[in-house]
Amino acid sequence: MTAFNYKADFPILQQRVHGKPLVFLDSGVTSQKPRCVLDALTQHYSTDYSNVHRGIYQLSERATAAFEATRKKVSQMINAAHPHEIIFTSGTTESINLMASCFGRAHFKAGDEVILSVMEHHSNIVPWQVLQEQMGIKIKVIPINDKGELDLVVYKKLFSPQTKLVSIIHVSNVLGTVNPLQEIIEIAHAHQVPVLVDGAQAFPRMRVDVRALDCDFYTFSAHKAYGPTGVGILYGKAHLLEAMPPYKTGGAMIETVSFEKTTFTKIPYKFEAGTPNIADVVAFSSALHYMENIGIDNITRHEQVLHDYAIEKLKSVNGLKILGNAKNRLGVISFVMDGVHPHDIGTILDREGIAVRAGHHCAMPLMTHFNIPACVRISFGIYNTKEDVDVLVSALTVVQEVFA
Amino acid sequence: MLRELYHETIIDHGRNPRHFGVLPEANHIKEGFNPLCGDKIKLFVDEHNGVIRAVAFDGSGCAISMASASLMAEHLKGKTLKEAQAIFDLFHLLIMKGELTVAQQTQLGKLRVLSGVCEFPARVKCATLAWHTLNALLLKDQSTVSTE
Repeated sequence: MTAFNYKADFPILQQRVHGKPLVFLDSGVTSQKPRCVLDALTQHYSTDYSNVHRGIYQLSERATAAFEATRKKVSQMINAAHPHEIIFTSGTTESINLMASCFGRAHFKAGDEVILSVMEHHSNIVPWQVLQEQMGIKIKVIPINDKGELDLVVYKKLFSPQTKLVSIIHVSNVLGTVNPLQEIIEIAHAHQVPVLVDGAQAFPRMRVDVRALDCDFYTFSAHKAYGPTGVGILYGKAHLLEAMPPYKTGGAMIETVSFEKTTFTKIPYKFEAGTPNIADVVAFSSALHYMENIGIDNITRHEQVLHDYAIEKLKSVNGLKILGNAKNRLGVISFVMDGVHPHDIGTILDREGIAVRAGHHCAMPLMTHFNIPACVRISFGIYNTKEDVDVLVSALTVVQEVFA
Repeated sequence: MLRELYHETIIDHGRNPRHFGVLPEANHIKEGFNPLCGDKIKLFVDEHNGVIRAVAFDGSGCAISMASASLMAEHLKGKTLKEAQAIFDLFHLLIMKGELTVAQQTQLGKLRVLSGVCEFPARVKCATLAWHTLNALLLKDQSTVSTE
């Protein structure tokens, strides 16, 4: 599988940086786009673009069809029961904010509880803290063991009659830990508590079947899955979405408006006020087709091979420590090096043409848990190869030379 | 270029910062923080009659931020507040533009080793954290110092 060279499909990866070939190892923050997605964007604006769901002319019909085709495609790919369970947002962050605001108002009152974990991304912490301040809800946190795996024994004990939601990351954006969602969801459902899953790192790398998982809500971003920026997906079971009031209101999400009374329309449009990010949603279809043509299982295999290879190679670098070593891991690999700050590592790697991320990765509580201010993070996409890993490891010796 | 940024002196000062630790006799204390990269500094200044008697700092961060703080602490000992302000302005010019007159370069002394930062815009905030913290301290700015 890794014999296929996907790098050639990505125009941006053909350049050199500081005289060296660009090696992009930061797909965890955002993925690069294949030519077919770029073409789809231009194509849409050149031939079909118009506002959606509103016009009675040809262009509008074509634009609407293309827009809704993406919704159908997403629904199909994650095995939702129906396309109207797919809501377009601006990204995972907005999806979770939507949940905190809308699910929050529908189901939480002062003293109610939400269960998060210590490995959550800030986007799945801060919105709940806002609810904490505004409404007086409580946040309970699932700890991790020293391997970077969730402590399910403690998790089970966190439930109370006040627990209204579990909101959990599928694949950690720092540790690469793949959380045991089936078990987590079963436990929550045994307490009649629904589960929201942050799938931002998961969806681009593995098959997601929301009905097999039986999660109540699932969210991810297009831009991490070879698609354009500004598009997010929030999946929710229909009856749960129907019970939630919208937070973003105005045009497109109403049935009738008068100064006496306004009524809202049905899902998904209830949550899609205003003009959506039309062309980017349309172009996202091409990214999804691109992924499917390669084969989701093939993508997972490709990622797992690279991931395991990288772990093995990094372990051989003196003074380098990988964060977490969960039994099931995929996606990102974070590490620190003795005597060199992540920032300095990142700058030196950049000079070798290698793009990595250095910082707290929007996971400060996790950094605090490991007692570090920051770490370096690498992550893979379909365009990466074992050679990329070799270049990285070689560049890490440059880092050691500079700081010798 | 990398060797210019990670000059021997910077590596040395980053690894073994001078004037590192709490200054018990300090009469000015201020914290600075870069949330995006995690550089953290607590600055201690012992100032008397407009003269900086001693500067020390505590904290953790990248080689650039620590070296910059260390070199700053070394350089400012014995300077007046007015001189410190002038050096701050000059230092800023150095790392933003990299080009200074011979006279200006002489004024900066060892701080010149940080001139390489101008080729690394993403690291400017690391190099200036200590200086902005000092500036806020001497101007008695109550808000959190960050160079983000």
